[in-house]
Amino acid sequence: MEFTTFLWTTVAAFLTLAVFSFLYKDNPMYKFAEHLFVGVSAGYFVIILWHGALVPNLFKKLADGDWWYFVPGILGVMMFARFFKKSSWISRWPLAMYIGISTGLAIPLEMANRVNRQLWAMMEPINWSSFWGERYLDIGSGYSELFIFVGTVSALVYFFFSKAHTGAFGAVAKFGIWTLMLGFGASFGFTVMARISLFINRIQYLDINWGQTAFNAADTSNVNYHAGFQALFWAVWLIFLVYAVFEYKKYLSNKDKPSQAAGTSA
Amino acid sequence: MKRQIPLVIVFVFGTLMVIQYFVPHENSEIVKGFLLDWIVIIGIFALALGLWSLVQVSIDKINSRKENWEYPLVTLISLTVMIFFGFTSHAEDASWWGYFLAIAVLLAALWMLAQGLMGNAANRNVKSLSALGLVIVFSLLAIFDGSWEFKFYTAEGLTNQMFVHFFDYIMIPLQATMFALLAFFITSASYRAFRARNLLATLLLISALIVMLRFTPGPWGEYLAKTSSWVMNVPNLAAQRAIVIGIGLGIVATALKVILGIERGYMGKG
Repeated sequence: MEFTTFLWTTVAAFLTLAVFSFLYKDNPMYKFAEHLFVGVSAGYFVIILWHGALVPNLFKKLADGDWWYFVPGILGVMMFARFFKKSSWISRWPLAMYIGISTGLAIPLEMANRVNRQLWAMMEPINWSSFWGERYLDIGSGYSELFIFVGTVSALVYFFFSKAHTGAFGAVAKFGIWTLMLGFGASFGFTVMARISLFINRIQYLDINWGQTAFNAADTSNVNYHAGFQALFWAVWLIFLVYAVFEYKKYLSNKDKPSQAAGTSA
Repeated sequence: MKRQIPLVIVFVFGTLMVIQYFVPHENSEIVKGFLLDWIVIIGIFALALGLWSLVQVSIDKINSRKENWEYPLVTLISLTVMIFFGFTSHAEDASWWGYFLAIAVLLAALWMLAQGLMGNAANRNVKSLSALGLVIVFSLLAIFDGSWEFKFYTAEGLTNQMFVHFFDYIMIPLQATMFALLAFFITSASYRAFRARNLLATLLLISALIVMLRFTPGPWGEYLAKTSSWVMNVPNLAAQRAIVIGIGLGIVATALKVILGIERGYMGKG
């Protein structure tokens, strides 16, 4: 690894630690990282949209003599009428076109791709010949397929609020909410594990990519290694140490002072 | 007029797109392709409005010198720099000094311009003239420094080394760490959600525990993995399927309300 690459790795490590410092409290390093993220992400998407959508969909089409594409270009510029109070109503026209096309497109597509496909999958015949399956908790068994069918119908019944959830209807709705709770629990558990995986990944980055490279523990064959690696490593920790000392001194100076709220009430 | 015409546009284009779906003709597909391209273009201009709003809010905060006014400066600088990287290409093995000098001059010019347009009344003309001078210096650097050049029409900026480094070493680590940070908050949330107070909370707790423990090694590992797989593929599938059907029907109902002019929130006031 070259020095410049390690410099960038150190920047990434500093930003990682800066975001994690929020666990202590909102602090200048976290605020810096947060605002940097907003700016860099916004800039990144500007470039991606320019090169990936605007150039091929508008500029190249116009360059090829497809003059119809002047219409969305003009409509797009009309959006900027929003900046002027008197003519801001003009921006409703392109917005109306955008909403009209996207909602019109959504109706058949949502019905076909979301509702119909799910209903279709739900109505697959149940595997009665192997109802109990061949192994422990067999997903392809008849009882699992029956559970999916009954669970989906009862969960839909639970969402039907035009009829009181009493009697047989209430019993089905109750099974529906049980199914939903099992599903929500599974999704929540899955999300928790995904976040934990991300956390492990960041710790591994700090350890392997940054810490071990700084001390050349993992890659002894690095011909570009020199003392600057360790200097950068300790410089980052020094920043956090200086901040910790600053915070501690602030805490000590405020410890004996009466709080502002108490002063006001007195 | 100001409100009726948009309603007519939404109705006409909404109905056209619904009918188009059921017309299996070549011309119908051409119209669909055209209109899809059009909304992508209009959408990008709408995003530009959002970007302008971010810039305006940041400049207002800086000019008012409110608490923590320095941080929006970080946002504006990183935004400008990232856009500059994306629109330029740098010659391989050439010096970076001219490139970085150009960035510094550009930032100074934009700062002076913002001060001249939106800052305090005092020295407004001086600042505007300084901005003009800096823009001229920047233009001269862009013309005479051969190590870099603007690339608006071709996507060479996407492979610019600085653009790639900003993505790999700033954006990705920040994004991943922001999500990783949620591990701590989601743990405290799960403590509150998973307390077995009643049957429903107990079901939530059991299925979540099974899914979370699915990679646990040991004698029960295999059974936990199989149970977890069943929970994910059977009860979870049933619940998600019902939710997806509900979402689909909800979207269709809302889209119909918009096309028929019952829902007009998108037009705002005035």
